[in-house]
Amino acid sequence: MDQLGVLVETFFDWGSMRAAISDLLTTGVPNTLILSASAATAGTLIGLPLAVAGTARTRWLRWPARVYTDVFRGLPAVVTILLIGVGLAPQGLAVWGPDPYPLGILALSLIAAAYFGEIFRAGIENVEAGQLEAARALGFSYPAAMRLVIIPLGVRRVLPAWVNQLIALVKDSSLIYFLGLTADQRDLFRIGQDSAANTGNESALVLAGLFYLLLTVPLTHLVNVVDRRLRHGRRVLEEPAGLPEPVSPDTTTPDTADEGASRA
Amino acid sequence: MPDRRPIETAPTGARVGSLFSPVSLATRDLHLSLGGNPVLRGVDLDVPRGHTLCVIGPSGSGKSTLLRTVNRLLEPDRGDVLLDGESVLRCDPNLLRQQVGMVFQQFNLFPHLSVLRNLTLPLRKLRGLSREEAEETALRQLDLVGLRHKAQARPGRLSGGQQQRVAIARALVMAPQVMLFDESTSALDPELVKGVLGLMAELGREGMTMVVVTHEMGFAREVADRVAFMDHGVVLESGSPEALFDAPRSPRLRQFLADVL
Repeated sequence: MDQLGVLVETFFDWGSMRAAISDLLTTGVPNTLILSASAATAGTLIGLPLAVAGTARTRWLRWPARVYTDVFRGLPAVVTILLIGVGLAPQGLAVWGPDPYPLGILALSLIAAAYFGEIFRAGIENVEAGQLEAARALGFSYPAAMRLVIIPLGVRRVLPAWVNQLIALVKDSSLIYFLGLTADQRDLFRIGQDSAANTGNESALVLAGLFYLLLTVPLTHLVNVVDRRLRHGRRVLEEPAGLPEPVSPDTTTPDTADEGASRA
Repeated sequence: MPDRRPIETAPTGARVGSLFSPVSLATRDLHLSLGGNPVLRGVDLDVPRGHTLCVIGPSGSGKSTLLRTVNRLLEPDRGDVLLDGESVLRCDPNLLRQQVGMVFQQFNLFPHLSVLRNLTLPLRKLRGLSREEAEETALRQLDLVGLRHKAQARPGRLSGGQQQRVAIARALVMAPQVMLFDESTSALDPELVKGVLGLMAELGREGMTMVVVTHEMGFAREVADRVAFMDHGVVLESGSPEALFDAPRSPRLRQFLADVL
């Protein structure tokens, strides 16, 4: 029983948690969110052209995209973060001073772009050839057809996978602590870890973990909602006013009444 | 012109294609190889303004390829396609395609857009219409094919027949000079075929210039002004529906008709 008491005290000591909670809430949560959101945005913006380049017919686009993806997906995130955060520090110093935070975001973005790009590429390649043909047949140029039809359609199909990767990104954002952060730049993990190191008690880290779950678990459920949405389409709420009612609102046999009317 | 029994009318009293200005279409000595295989081996066809040409023939005979050379989805190795006497090879392909409507076997509606947006997308992005103008034009066209009440629905919510009528509306809303139909009823359940064929027949009666690749021999017989039989990349025989169906001359056509009828 005593062992159990020790375990509970190690992981769930209320005092240690209370000491860390204000830092976790006011510094940790915002920083983790800023890191994840910026890297998700930049990663998506880099990942989309990367995906398009990956599906290109000319090898001069396809090949660099392949190499980029292989490198940034193949390296451990820590290695990339350290290489960029430390290696580019002199350049960073010249642009925004001795702050490693933007370099951390850059590293996370480049890593995320590789994963996002692969996800988008899979989606774009999954779009039936007939869609491009139909868009071209209407008179859209190849770039316009890609931009207006193929990419939106392909990306939609892989949104669940994209959200999954977003979850990985939230968790990986903790790795930028390797770059050395000032007190108010610390993310959830770093604050939990600092507090745990100071008190010799893991409870603050447990609390940090709970905050991560608070961010990631809703995302995992968002995946399911998005997936359902995409499978069944959005509910049609408004029919244009003043129009005749659909002849057969029953979607399982939507055409019989209609086609029958034309035959009669 | 042969006296034809009227086939189904479209589910509307108005003209289904009120916008178009049809022109004549001709091909001259079209040759095209795909992957080293000759698919078209010298195709000459003439479709006068307002006429309907039905192209029949076994699969792999080059019918679909022929259609794709008209709007330059495929470029011929040799020969020419003339729209209103002008070579399409001298047109900008994207402008050309805006004037040539094409309907596919698999409909190819954009599934992530509503029916209405499927029609307004080309109107807005290619014709430069405002949202209001585009929606008004699109709704009018949807009305003409009897599907205005489905404007807000996703294509996936529609039956195959309805989807194909939307696809026809999407082609018509661009006010094409010529309509190309590539086996546009082959993917439909039998009971949905009639509505689509009726719409196509109505369009032909209204004076659209049409090339219809089809396996529907009844449609070809009733609606076509001329029928062309293709085999191995050439037109083996062409003429009035009566001539082709009632008095086929070549053994290949006789064999084909015996197989499909």
